[in-house]
Amino acid sequence: MFGRLTWDAIPFNQPIPLITSLVVLMALAVTAIWITRNGWWGYLWNEYFTSTDHKKIGIMYVVLALLMLVRGFADAIMMRAQQSLAIGNSQGYLPPEHYNQIFSAHGTIMIFFMAMPIIIGFMNFVVPLQLGVRDVAFPTLNNVSFWLSASGALLINVSLFVGEFARTGWLAFPPLSEKAFSPGVGVDYYLVALQISGVGTTLTAVNFVTTILKIRAPGMSYLRMPVFCWTSLASSLLMLAAFPVLTATLAMLMLDRYLGFHFFTNDGGGNSMLYMNLIWVWGHPEVYILVLPAFGIYSEVVSTFSGKPLFGYRSMIFATLAICILSFTVWLHHFFTMGAGADVNAVFGIASMLIGIPTGVKIYNWLFTMYGGRVRFTVPMHYAIGFMFTFVIGGLTGILLAMPPVDFVVHNSLFLVAHFHQVIIGGVVFAVMAGYTYWFPKAFGFTLDERLGKAVFWCWFIGFHLAFMPLYVLGLWGATRRMQHIPDPTWAPYLDVAFVGAAIIGLGIVLTVVQLLYSIKTRDQRRDVTGDPWDGRTLEWLTLSPPPHYNFAVLPDVHGEEAYWTRKQTAIKQDQLIAEPNYQPIEMPLHSPTGVIVAFFASVCGFAIIWYIWWLAILGLVGAFAVFVWYAWRDEHEHVIPLEEVIANARERRRIRKEHLHNLSQSV
Amino acid sequence: MSTVNEAPAVGLTHHGSEDTGLGNRGPQSKSIVVPYGFWLFVLSDMVLFSALFATYASLVHATDGGPAGHQLFHRSLVAVETGALLASSFVCGLAVIAAKQKNMLWTQVLLFATGLLGFVFLAIEIYEFRSMIAEGAPPQRSAFLSSFFTLVGCHGAHVTAGLLWLGTMMAQIWTKGFQPHVGRRLLCFSIFWHALDIIWVAIFTIVYLIGTLP
Repeated sequence: MFGRLTWDAIPFNQPIPLITSLVVLMALAVTAIWITRNGWWGYLWNEYFTSTDHKKIGIMYVVLALLMLVRGFADAIMMRAQQSLAIGNSQGYLPPEHYNQIFSAHGTIMIFFMAMPIIIGFMNFVVPLQLGVRDVAFPTLNNVSFWLSASGALLINVSLFVGEFARTGWLAFPPLSEKAFSPGVGVDYYLVALQISGVGTTLTAVNFVTTILKIRAPGMSYLRMPVFCWTSLASSLLMLAAFPVLTATLAMLMLDRYLGFHFFTNDGGGNSMLYMNLIWVWGHPEVYILVLPAFGIYSEVVSTFSGKPLFGYRSMIFATLAICILSFTVWLHHFFTMGAGADVNAVFGIASMLIGIPTGVKIYNWLFTMYGGRVRFTVPMHYAIGFMFTFVIGGLTGILLAMPPVDFVVHNSLFLVAHFHQVIIGGVVFAVMAGYTYWFPKAFGFTLDERLGKAVFWCWFIGFHLAFMPLYVLGLWGATRRMQHIPDPTWAPYLDVAFVGAAIIGLGIVLTVVQLLYSIKTRDQRRDVTGDPWDGRTLEWLTLSPPPHYNFAVLPDVHGEEAYWTRKQTAIKQDQLIAEPNYQPIEMPLHSPTGVIVAFFASVCGFAIIWYIWWLAILGLVGAFAVFVWYAWRDEHEHVIPLEEVIANARERRRIRKEHLHNLSQSV
Repeated sequence: MSTVNEAPAVGLTHHGSEDTGLGNRGPQSKSIVVPYGFWLFVLSDMVLFSALFATYASLVHATDGGPAGHQLFHRSLVAVETGALLASSFVCGLAVIAAKQKNMLWTQVLLFATGLLGFVFLAIEIYEFRSMIAEGAPPQRSAFLSSFFTLVGCHGAHVTAGLLWLGTMMAQIWTKGFQPHVGRRLLCFSIFWHALDIIWVAIFTIVYLIGTLP
């Protein structure tokens, strides 16, 4: 009846997962009660869960990602604590099978359910606004994508309480991940969760490539698009080309595990190195899927807070697309030690180093943007400068690793761990924090507290360097990654410093929450009444904060690069706005519960597959098909916003803008 | 599928233009955006198949002492199978033309023929799979057979999904008539159906033709 699922799946004899699960369940219950008592379910359902508004979907992605950041960080601090404690004769507090689950969960969650959703969240929120349009190409599909990601995240977290997680590392390499060596449900949780969220990501890619190539404001030609839109396009193209490979690869591993196929097994002619090749054909572009939009965020931030157009706008685009293409030519550098031979390794080594060139172009572009500008040292700018410092070091250690002889020495060592954390935290996480501070007022209508924001930055910056610089040293000394026990007591001081660094990052995360709560409490003193709190240059600052759900009453006409800046300067010079345009009623997509229902069936079906509950899996598939037929039957896609409402809102906005620009022209 | 006077995909005011895509005139109309997005989806599907092709190519000799392709494949059977699928795609094209003419009878007849030929294809494939398993060549036998069944079976699963979709399309056209949004869905279906042909041609060549070379 319930397949493999019995009471043994609940970890009654393991206090750590049991207590954690109970705390999480209680927190969920308290949140649910709180929402019920305030009567917010209807609001959440109508305004967020079923929303097809790209801004709301973006916010949901970011909330999901921040929750997963806390989960992933909890795993991180547990690992650091274990490595500080389990030295010499001590065995620490985590048994090996539990420790292995923790580092697997940490990597999986941080990449798939923290970094991906947060980057996609920013793309959702920002890209349509910057393109000067009202939504993405397929708004309902967008909502479905979000809920599929959430469904994957849910299954990963269920594994904490029901069953176990994979002990294979975040990419589940065979033969260890095969049925013979990992008979439990852990790898199945991993596979099913990633398949569900991977489908969502592929659909997101379809949506954003279509949006950016086909849906832009009049006059917004390719070479006028903000760099964030360009990097989002490049990232979406990479998702479109890379995620199907992940889907195919994980599907093959599932066939091995569920039906006894022989793709990657030791027997039957299977080849586990085939898995390495396939997974890294996805895995290397994935790095750029994350970091290219991050580069886009830095470009917006540096240009805005230097008060200058971005230096080398076109070279930035070329560099982005060069990275986009090169990223598919370097996957083998993840396993130089496979033994493909010196020639093959040399080709991939050189290709890997080549990526340093366009990246270097970008770094210089940002530096030259700051040069001669009036730099305002706001929180996002702190992150941008911190990024340049940190990322360049991370890039240099990457060049070292790109040399096959060096890689043979430090392969799978803590040196590698330090390198990729340096580029992911220094590159992606700093960008995310910068973007969070930068676009928060646009999303919610008030700014975040500056002082606490800077404190958070310093926590991340100092904490990161303390946590990972010692790992470079240890890696060079031969410390391999994923060690549950440290045999050499002389490593202890370095691991202790790393622990302190992780704790400082933890303080930064706590301060982020404090900053948010404090900023909400004092929001009346920090309202963004103008819609343009940072003296911005791109179109999202043209509309109010928060924008009406249709974004723009009339799609802006774009003349030249820096669409909004040009318009603003003209208005300031002439001390008047452009003539009032001819308003028309606006059609907007209807909200739809499709995403929630699809994710419900996906979660049920996924859970059933993990536990071999076949009747439930079939029921889930039939349900999913029924939703498809029902959804495909619809005739109504849009509702109309009446002309009076559009005009009333637009006139109010014009009054605010006029006053704001008048003040600006006085101060000039 | 008339494109005149049609709403752009998102938000109005500036009427959609059938422009070159350089973006000088604002958002494109739905008749451009919907098939464009669907093409991108089909491309991502082709990437998925390319991973399966690469796997097949690297495992084709890993027979682990079991049967190899030339002992299992029957060219004449596959020829009939291929003929059925290509004919199905051709008839699907005719159905789209009939739908453009707003001819209900011919649209339904041709879509039905599309489905029937697709079903013939699928039946032959299932017959082939069953007889291979009966001959002692199931996918669990060797890495080669795993990759064969997965590659060809994945295509078969797509055809099955396409047949289900075809059924809903016929029902929609029957009850809703030739409305623009129904027409766009039919266009997407035909893109999907033709794409499956393209993939089959690759399977036919790489798996069956090369596999049965003397």
